[in-house]
Amino acid sequence: MFDHGQPSYAEVNKDILSVMLETGPRYWMLLGTTMSVAVIFFFMPWFYQLIVGVGAAGMNRNAYWGTYLSNFIFWIGLSHSGTLLSAILHITNSPWRKSVYRSAEAMTLFSLMTAALFVMVHLGRVWFVHWSFPIPNQMGLWPNFRSPLMFDVMAITTYLTASSIFIYMGSVPDFAAVRDASTGTRRRLYTIFSFGWRGTAREWHTLGWAYTFFAVFVIPLAVSVHSIVSWDFALSIVPGLHHTIFAPYFVCGAIYSGTAGIVTVMYCLRKFLNFERYIGQVHLDNLGKLLLALSLIWSYINMLELFSSWYGGSSFELEALKFKLTGFYAPLYWEMILFCAFVPLLMFFRKFRWSWNKMLLISILINIGMLTERFIIVATSQPRKFLPNAFGFYFPSWIEISITIGSFAIFATLFLIFIKWVPAISIYEVKETLKPLRRDA
Amino acid sequence: MKWGSDLSTLVEKFRQYLKPGYYDEFDYHWTMTIDLDRCTGCEACVVACQAENNLPIVGEKRYARNREIKWIRIERYWEGEYPDVKMGFIPMLCQHCDDAPCEIACPVFATYHNQDGLNTQIYNRCIGTRTCAVYCPYEVRYFNWFTYTWDEPLEQQLNPDVTVREKGVMEKCTFCIQRIRLAKDNAKDDDRRRVRDGEVVPACVQSCPTEAMAFGDSNDPEAKVSKMMKDPRAYTVLEELNTTPSIVYLKKAHAES
Repeated sequence: MFDHGQPSYAEVNKDILSVMLETGPRYWMLLGTTMSVAVIFFFMPWFYQLIVGVGAAGMNRNAYWGTYLSNFIFWIGLSHSGTLLSAILHITNSPWRKSVYRSAEAMTLFSLMTAALFVMVHLGRVWFVHWSFPIPNQMGLWPNFRSPLMFDVMAITTYLTASSIFIYMGSVPDFAAVRDASTGTRRRLYTIFSFGWRGTAREWHTLGWAYTFFAVFVIPLAVSVHSIVSWDFALSIVPGLHHTIFAPYFVCGAIYSGTAGIVTVMYCLRKFLNFERYIGQVHLDNLGKLLLALSLIWSYINMLELFSSWYGGSSFELEALKFKLTGFYAPLYWEMILFCAFVPLLMFFRKFRWSWNKMLLISILINIGMLTERFIIVATSQPRKFLPNAFGFYFPSWIEISITIGSFAIFATLFLIFIKWVPAISIYEVKETLKPLRRDA
Repeated sequence: MKWGSDLSTLVEKFRQYLKPGYYDEFDYHWTMTIDLDRCTGCEACVVACQAENNLPIVGEKRYARNREIKWIRIERYWEGEYPDVKMGFIPMLCQHCDDAPCEIACPVFATYHNQDGLNTQIYNRCIGTRTCAVYCPYEVRYFNWFTYTWDEPLEQQLNPDVTVREKGVMEKCTFCIQRIRLAKDNAKDDDRRRVRDGEVVPACVQSCPTEAMAFGDSNDPEAKVSKMMKDPRAYTVLEELNTTPSIVYLKKAHAES
C-alpha cells in the first residue's frame, strides 16, 4: 500500500495537515489565476449574454440546445466519480480506496455546482428559475412534474444535498484532527466544524453506521440522477435521442468520465501536495483496471446504440445516423471513439497502468472524448429531426467556448479552496490501513 | 347514503385532477384544413401572420443564421429536373397536437393544452429552457433570442390585441387566439351559446388568395372543416408519430401521365 515504507500515525497527521496549515506564494498565485480565468472566461461572457439575450451564443432555430446543455451533462457525469469510489467501493470493503475517496467526493460536489451553473447559463429567462421549484406562490401555480426537466431539478437537488452531507459527515473526525493541530481562530472554527468530536468508541460506531447508511443511499441516487438527465433527451421523439439505451449509456459514461477525472486529480494531488507516500502505484493500478472495465462496457453500449438505430430501419433514424457518422461532425465522432474506446485498451498492459504520466494522458484523453460525446449527442441529433425542410446546423460561438474553458477554471478554484479547508486525504481511514503499532515497539 | 355520494364526488374530483388541462370533451375543437392543391406558395399567409401577431423583424444577418421567427412557413419540396419539376408547398405551422410532445416538456407549464383544443403558449410563464422546441417534430416553435425592436414607422402597425415578447421567451402559432377570444366575447354579448362557423378567421386563413385554408370547430358537424376532413385526400403530417394534430392537409393531386 505504501511505496516508501509505512508512516507512523503522527506522520500521517503531519503530512496531510501540512497542506492545510502551511500556505506558500505558489498556492496564492495559482488560486488567483484560476479565479481570474473563471471571471474573465465564464462570468463576464455570461453577464454579456444576460444583457443581450441567449442569441449571443451559437444556437439557432434548429439546434435550440447547445454546448451549455452538453457541458451540463458532462459535469453531472464527472460528479459520479465520488459516488462510485466512495460509496460503492466502501460497501465492497475495498482497501485501496481509502486515500483517494475524500478528493473524489469533493470532485462530486464541485462538479454538481458547476453543472448547476450551466443550467443558469442555458436558460432564456434565468431570473425566473425559481418557478421550476414547487414553492407555494400567490399565482397558485405548481411546476409540471411530468417534465423531464423537473425530474432533473428534483434529482440534482437531492444528489447535491446527499453528497454534501456525505462528505461533511465523513470529514468530521478529520476536522477534529485539524482542531487539535491548530491554534487561535482556526481552532475555534474547527471546533465548531467537528461538532466537538472526542473520538470515543461510541462516536466511531455511530459514524461508521451513518456513513455506511449514506453510502448505500447515495448509490441508487447516482444511478437515478444520470438516468434522469439522459431522459431529458430520451423522452423527446427526436430520432437520434429517443433510445431506451440512453439511461444505461449515460450512467456508464458518467462513471467512466468520473473515474478518469479521479486519475487526473490524483496525479495533481500527488505532484503538487507531496502525497507520494499515500497515493501509490497500487491505487493507480486499481483505478486503471476500473477504467478499462468501464471503457469496455462503454464501447459495447455504443455499438448497441449504432446497431439498433441501423437495424430499426426508420428513415428518420437512418438519416440521423448518417449525419452522425459521416456529416460535418464526423471527425469529432471518430475522435471520440478513438479516445474512449481504443486508447483505454492500452491499459491492458501493466506498463501503462503503472506509469503516472501515461495514465494522466489516458485519463485526459478519455475526458476529452467524453466531452465530445456529449457535444455530439446534442449537435448531431437536433439538426436532423423529421422534416427535411427544417434541417439545420449548429456551431458553437466564441461565448460558448469561453464559458466551457471558464467552467474548468471554476472547478479548479473550488478544488483549490477545498484543499485548504478540508484534509484532502482522509486521515483516519489511511490510519486504518497501517499495521498496528506493537506495544513494546 | 351521504358517505356514498361524498365518495363518488371525491372519485370524480380525483379523476378530474388526474387530467389537468386535458379534457375529455373540448368546448370547441379548433381545426384547420389546408388544401395543398390550391396552395400556390405565395406566402401571403406568412406576411399576414407577421402583421397580425407582432412578429419581430429579425434582420437579414440573423435570418441567415437560422434565427428567423415565422410562425407559419411554406416548405417547398420538389422532384425532377427542369422543365419537368414537380413542386409541392406545405404551409407548416403549429399543428396544435392533441398529444403534443412539447406539452410534457415544459417544466413550468408555459405550454399546455386548453379546453378548446389549442396548444397555448403563456409568454409570461416561459423561462426559456427551449425543451419544447427540441421536442417538437414539426420544428414550428421559435425563440426570442434577443429583444427585438421595430424601426420607425413599423411600430405603428403593431396589433394592440397581441403582446410583444421579450428575449428569452418561446413563441409559436396560436391560431390567432385573440380573434377566437373576440368571437367568443361577441357570441356571449349576443346571448348566443356558440360561435358560428366562419366567424373566427385567423390572419393566414383570411389572407389566402386561393382560399386554400379553412378554419373552424370540428365539434360542429356542419362546419366547413368537418366536411373537408372527410375528403379522401385528407391526411396529417407525420401521423406515425401519433401526435394527433389539429391541422388536416388535403393531398395535392398529381395527374397521372
